Amino acid sequence: MRKILIIGATSAIAQETAKLFAEKHDALFLVGRDVDKLEAITADLKVRGAHQVAYYTLDLNEFDQHEPMLEQAYKSLEGLDTVLIAYGTLDDQKACEQDFAQAEQALRTNFMSVVSLLTPIANRLEKQHYGCIAVISSVAGDRGRQSNYVYAAAKGGLSLFLQGLRSRLHSANVCVLTIKPGFVDTPMTTNFKKGALWAQPETVARGIFRAIKWRRNVIYLPWFWRFIMMVIRLIPEPLFKRMKL
Amino acid sequence: MQSTYQSWGNFPKVSQRIRSIPWRKKPLLLPETPDTVLAHGLGRSYGDVCLNNNGILLTTRKLNRFIQFDVDEGVLRCEAGVSLAEILALCVPQGWFLPVTPGTQFVTIGGAIANDVHGKNHHCAGTFGRHVLQFELLRSDGERLLCTPTSNEPYYAATIGGLGLTGLITWAEIKLKRISHRAMQVESIQFSQLDEFFELSQQSDQDYDYTVAWLDCNNSQALGRGIFFRGNHVAADEIPKDWKLPRFNRLPPLLRTMPINLPGFVLNRWTISAFNTFYYKKTRQSQLIDYQPFFYPLDAILEWKRLYGKNGFLQYQFVIPDHRMLKEILQKIVASGLGSFLAVLKTFGELASPGLLSFPRPGVTLALDFPIKGAVTFELLAQLDEKVREMGGAVYPCKDARLSARHFQAFYPQWTKFAEYIDPRFSSSFWRRVTETPLCVKS
Repeated sequence: MRKILIIGATSAIAQETAKLFAEKHDALFLVGRDVDKLEAITADLKVRGAHQVAYYTLDLNEFDQHEPMLEQAYKSLEGLDTVLIAYGTLDDQKACEQDFAQAEQALRTNFMSVVSLLTPIANRLEKQHYGCIAVISSVAGDRGRQSNYVYAAAKGGLSLFLQGLRSRLHSANVCVLTIKPGFVDTPMTTNFKKGALWAQPETVARGIFRAIKWRRNVIYLPWFWRFIMMVIRLIPEPLFKRMKL
Repeated sequence: MQSTYQSWGNFPKVSQRIRSIPWRKKPLLLPETPDTVLAHGLGRSYGDVCLNNNGILLTTRKLNRFIQFDVDEGVLRCEAGVSLAEILALCVPQGWFLPVTPGTQFVTIGGAIANDVHGKNHHCAGTFGRHVLQFELLRSDGERLLCTPTSNEPYYAATIGGLGLTGLITWAEIKLKRISHRAMQVESIQFSQLDEFFELSQQSDQDYDYTVAWLDCNNSQALGRGIFFRGNHVAADEIPKDWKLPRFNRLPPLLRTMPINLPGFVLNRWTISAFNTFYYKKTRQSQLIDYQPFFYPLDAILEWKRLYGKNGFLQYQFVIPDHRMLKEILQKIVASGLGSFLAVLKTFGELASPGLLSFPRPGVTLALDFPIKGAVTFELLAQLDEKVREMGGAVYPCKDARLSARHFQAFYPQWTKFAEYIDPRFSSSFWRRVTETPLCVKS
């Protein structure tokens, strides 16, 4: 039985991943903002077989609340071995270009708040010498494009942070998994036109579940995004800057 | 967002906006415009009861959470978008089964209630609605009605079989059926004429929980031939030790999916006839099989509707009280040569449904597929409607895409009483057709 902390537990991908953990009778501690949603998910996971489920409401932009939350998670689960960080906002790029306050908010939520969470989490897992930290970043962070570079900067920064952290925690037997989903059909992307590249959250969740089990480093979900991003990264900058991507 | 949501028969083609409903406790927040809305689960209704042309579909697939499962009593509460497949996956390993199941497990519980579905055990269990203990109905004005047989009883009765028109079902609680193993003991018996079927049916209804027959509707020389299936759940101690799950069910979904629409000519009089002859000749005796192929033979091929090509197909299911009249209808179908791939025959029992607008009633019911071959198909079905009306029967809305208002109102004279409980913001393509009301709500 794993003891799993899920931060951003009401996101579509987190919900689907939590179901897979519940079917394996793991113990779960869910963190999110909305009580109604957390209650609905908690009941569902219990019926699906979770050993225990508790939830904790928190606005993740309140950084000083991160430590007490973690404290509570340890107490409730009587330990901790797996952390899944699965929240983010997809802010309006145009608004971020015009107004720094918007850009700052995007960076705070998608990058700074995750760093604030990872700092105490990493220190605790390093000390106990076991565990796994899985964080949802994005394929967007692989290259800055004009259509969403503020979001890309946050996710790209996050990917780099995780890369360094992975290296640091390797000797402490703690794995750090960077999850890079492509287009996923979730409430975050309701207003997008869906095409062949779009994946369902269930599919992405299965990939995350397997990657945690196999203690992988970086995964693209679905797998073909690894090759799409490889091509995108290979485009020379003089050409790339002229492309309307 | 505009979308191309269609129903299972791929007919009619409609255009509607989509709004996902992911949380049961949140308000509906309907737009200010007078557009009507309709809940839509997995879209397995064949015709247009699950469509709302030029309106809004409230998709409930994200309402797919369990709420409570009492393993001792077999009482399950879950959100309306949970599919029967998900319920089975949870309950079968714990010794419980659906009290009633239709021929596919890929329907939501909300859809099962709204269409008051029936199954092979109608003669001893009645419709799905009989096993619904309670549910919450969210009306467009924000009111939440807890509906049980004793509280908000009129809404309970109107919503069961109410085609989604009384509001949005957010969650429901059902009573499951105790089983001790997932396997079924099944017998298949050939019969060469209808009278034999009725005899078999009468004999079997006492001792078998599940009975149904497949009927060959293609061959005029062998009119009324078919295979009668009857089965029961098996006690765990009767299962041989080497019994294994069938291999096909363990294949990944991609390999079981019908990948493309077949061209229209593939299913013709001769191929269907050949299939039917093959199926009839395939003799089988009593055997032990998994519940999946017994209840859901077609679910094994995902997207099987594509067999019928891009024009789609119509399904026609009717019930008539007097089984002696069935032959007349069958002769008409065979004479038309419009070929039905699959014809399913069953006698309904006497158990009444709590639903106000429910389809099942005592008598014999036949369900057939018709690939759409243009006006002749529609003409034939209209003629069948008239026959069914003369015989005092009814046609199943859940499978219909073309019934006239006149016939619907003759089959369901209680529709005016039902209409009192319709939510003013809810409507469907089907309902507008069979009641001939305009598209938008009146302001």
